[in-house]
Amino acid sequence: MTRKLPATDVVIVGLGWTGSILAHELTGAGLNVVAIERGPWRDTATDFPPAYAQDELRYRIRHDLFLRPEQLTMTFRNNASQTALPIRSWGSFMPPNGVGGGGVHWNAETWRFLPSDFELRTHLVGRYGEKFLPEDMTIQDWGITYDDLEPHYDKFEYLCGTSGKAGNIRGLIQAGGNPFEGARSREYPTPPQKQPYGPTLFAQAAQGMGYKPFPQPSGNLSQPYTNPLGVTIGPCTYCGFCEWFGCGNYSKASPQTTILPALIRRPNFEARTQCEVSKINLDKSGKRASGVTYVDSSGNEWEQPADLVLLCAFQLFNVQLLLTSGIGKPYDPRAGEGVIGRNYSYQVTSSVGAFFDDKIFNPFIASGSIGMCIDEFNGDNFDHGPHGFVGGGYMGAVQTNGRPIQTARTPRATPRWGAEWKKAVAKSYLSSYESVTHGSCYSYRDVHLDLDPTYTDRFGRKLMRLTFDFHDNELKMSTYLTDRLAEVVQKMGPRQLEKHPRRGPYDVTVYQTTHTCGGAIMGVEPKTSALNRYLQSWDVPNLFVMGATAFPQNPGYNPTDTVGALAYWTADAIVNRYLKSPGPLVQI
Amino acid sequence: MRMRNLMTLALAGCAIGLAAARAAEDNQAFEKIERGRYLVVLGDCVGCHTAPGGKLFAGGAALETPFGKLLGPNITPDVATGIGAWTESDLWRAMHEGIGRDGVRLYPAMPYPSYTKVTREDVSAIWAYLRTLEPVRNEVQPNQLRFPFNVRRPATSTWDLINFKPGVFQSDPAKSDVWNRGAYLVEGLGHCGTCHTPKNITGGDRGGEALQGALLQDWYAPDLTADPRTGIGSWSAEDIVRYLKTGANSFDIASGPMAEAVENSTSRMTDADLLAIATYLTDRTPRIEDTAIALAHDDTRMVAGKAIYEVRCAACHISSGAGVPNLFPRLALAPLVQSTDPTSLIRVVLIGSRAAATSAAPTAPAMPAFGWNLSDTEIADVLTYVRNAWGNAASAVPPTDVTTLRGRVSR
Repeated sequence: MTRKLPATDVVIVGLGWTGSILAHELTGAGLNVVAIERGPWRDTATDFPPAYAQDELRYRIRHDLFLRPEQLTMTFRNNASQTALPIRSWGSFMPPNGVGGGGVHWNAETWRFLPSDFELRTHLVGRYGEKFLPEDMTIQDWGITYDDLEPHYDKFEYLCGTSGKAGNIRGLIQAGGNPFEGARSREYPTPPQKQPYGPTLFAQAAQGMGYKPFPQPSGNLSQPYTNPLGVTIGPCTYCGFCEWFGCGNYSKASPQTTILPALIRRPNFEARTQCEVSKINLDKSGKRASGVTYVDSSGNEWEQPADLVLLCAFQLFNVQLLLTSGIGKPYDPRAGEGVIGRNYSYQVTSSVGAFFDDKIFNPFIASGSIGMCIDEFNGDNFDHGPHGFVGGGYMGAVQTNGRPIQTARTPRATPRWGAEWKKAVAKSYLSSYESVTHGSCYSYRDVHLDLDPTYTDRFGRKLMRLTFDFHDNELKMSTYLTDRLAEVVQKMGPRQLEKHPRRGPYDVTVYQTTHTCGGAIMGVEPKTSALNRYLQSWDVPNLFVMGATAFPQNPGYNPTDTVGALAYWTADAIVNRYLKSPGPLVQI
Repeated sequence: MRMRNLMTLALAGCAIGLAAARAAEDNQAFEKIERGRYLVVLGDCVGCHTAPGGKLFAGGAALETPFGKLLGPNITPDVATGIGAWTESDLWRAMHEGIGRDGVRLYPAMPYPSYTKVTREDVSAIWAYLRTLEPVRNEVQPNQLRFPFNVRRPATSTWDLINFKPGVFQSDPAKSDVWNRGAYLVEGLGHCGTCHTPKNITGGDRGGEALQGALLQDWYAPDLTADPRTGIGSWSAEDIVRYLKTGANSFDIASGPMAEAVENSTSRMTDADLLAIATYLTDRTPRIEDTAIALAHDDTRMVAGKAIYEVRCAACHISSGAGVPNLFPRLALAPLVQSTDPTSLIRVVLIGSRAAATSAAPTAPAMPAFGWNLSDTEIADVLTYVRNAWGNAASAVPPTDVTTLRGRVSR
């Protein structure tokens, strides 16, 4: 039996970055907010203290911070001719779990997207013509501009204390920063992290070739910082346990280290952990959300009525909840119609490995986002005309870790085990270096999310099905970027160099990034998007859907800065527009 | 309402002089109630009279004493279980003389040896405020002391004869008004000595050693004198104000019972009162003590301790012991680190500790527990190192002290 709870003003599904930001802004506006989180409460000192936080086996191999597939998973296939099967161990991407969400385990690479990324179709068609794009590519404009989002990027970066060097302040190009970035209103809140040897060498090589290297913007802080909420973050110790790990030193920006200490003091905020939302409820009209139904850890089912429902779960689960709750028209790839599940996209990364005789890199001196990058080959920063593809990515020497289990690089011909392998690992550990490209992944007609016809979860709901493969455009992009990266790495003077461009087909068992995107995208009209420019559902105006779910395609950057900025953008729209006149914020 | 007015009239009828003027005062006037509310903040009454998660002032917060456990009683105006049947004079007698209604002597866990210095006007305002609270029916059995301490205290208590001298605060005409206000707060309602003044065998304050640091509830409340090494001699008045206001300054972050005092009381005080407290504290004579000499760097305990520090502690507290302001307390030249009694240090390493959270400094960083993967000797060594590195000098920590405290805090 479902028991009905007293109504609240706002219910938030998921207490990661976006849930925390919206809860903070809306409690600040005087609303009563209840956040429902599927996983446990997580606290820095008690959940990842320095005494054991750096445990690669527990966190990286055994996925301690992530959702258990037994609790919820999805099925996967490359294309419609295949039968999708359930993912039983996370591989390609890592769904987060618990308070803080992905903000706990991220590398803290804090990138803004390019101005052209937000008007991608208009921009590319304008420059190259409609025919230049592959026929089945479904990229779209976002419905907002970089300038719309700039103040919100700024707010998120100052919440996090992001360390970096501006490349463009109010239109003036700054030496040492990224000259391609959109204009920012001011410098980063803290200076860049100190660079180890590898990134320094990469930057020298890149500069020698006429590129403009710059330090990667980082949420691993270069120095102590107290944010506008009064919360203090410490300096990074360069321990190299960021991605997959919680930071026990209070030095990586996460909801725990930036916003939750202020949020939990608010008397009009409540968090319910270990509670899984099973459904978003609609009233009889079907045009208004009446709240959510959730199940607690004892299996009791509760209904939480609310005036406003904010879907703030991980990208894939936002789409899953919309599909299983029957909100919005599901996407049909054959007809190319419908919006929920449309424009799913991912990321296309590649790497160049290099083995040196005369250099010691000390890979264990690392932080999640320490590194020197170039942006010459990202987005539309270069002429794609001669190359026959669109998209791109940043590239560089990003020294994220030297963890003992997985950072055991050996040259290609080395045996996979035994004495020769051990010898090669010992020889290469300090003197090898891996540089990376972080490429875009555009959207296509056949790539989508829908409900699986066969498999169900523990509540009897149909699992969500992923249909995804890389397309020629992305593979060409990856080969091109990897070749350009290899040219720079060659200048670093290695004995041996190995290119690893991304190749198809997509393999769901091989980790790349957790940057899955789309499925309920924002846009300018309800025919081709699930959300309007304020991330408000076109169909159910008291429902807002946060996160990378709204990205119409994925640029060649990490998503979190944009996810945070969009959350502030939506919070601003709710407080200053929606509350004054609840209803659709965009009229068609 | 009518009853209260009658009571006021009755009191007015039998009082003379100042008391008459006071009784004629309207106990329901906003100004008086608001002043009483603030005085209750100054006295941190919440600390003992509100149980964790319980109703405000309905009692039940536990205080561990060397003689057993005492619970703060219900001080809401509930007739049956609170102080609903009390008169204002009953409260005055309790605060001023340590004698409750019907002549019951209070245990000095109720800091009447400090509260006796509070003026009658202030007690009257506190009374006016307490009367406005919603009566909460909550039976608290305050006395949970071990035998023989649980036996009702006789009308003429030996303890009081030895340890207690009633008397309202007398200002020192040689000092400024600000200094006198600070003295009134520290010695009176603020009852700082309850934790920070060393105790004699009966639990009474050791005369002449006021605020020199004391052990209580397995925490060492540090020396608040101007001693530059173990006291707060190197803190400016601004440093003290910032600490009390926010729970953190560039030297230290409040944790343990002080975190509660900051959260409930000092962070809610006016800036003028905090400055008064700081003015008084910075003007006190440092305690006279033998100067400590740092242990040699090659002492085996120092060598072992340094290795542990670098692996387990330096990531937060920095290799130089400098810490990070508002986040990780500084250890170099820190008074608590060099205190005569290392109990607090041992405790936080064994079971961890969470810092105070205030609106001005909401971070509330926490120290994780290391008791589960450091041995008693390792903890003793690392603390011995911390107490004797970077210009610090203090006695070595014996492993047996760690063993003893481990037994107590892991009970």
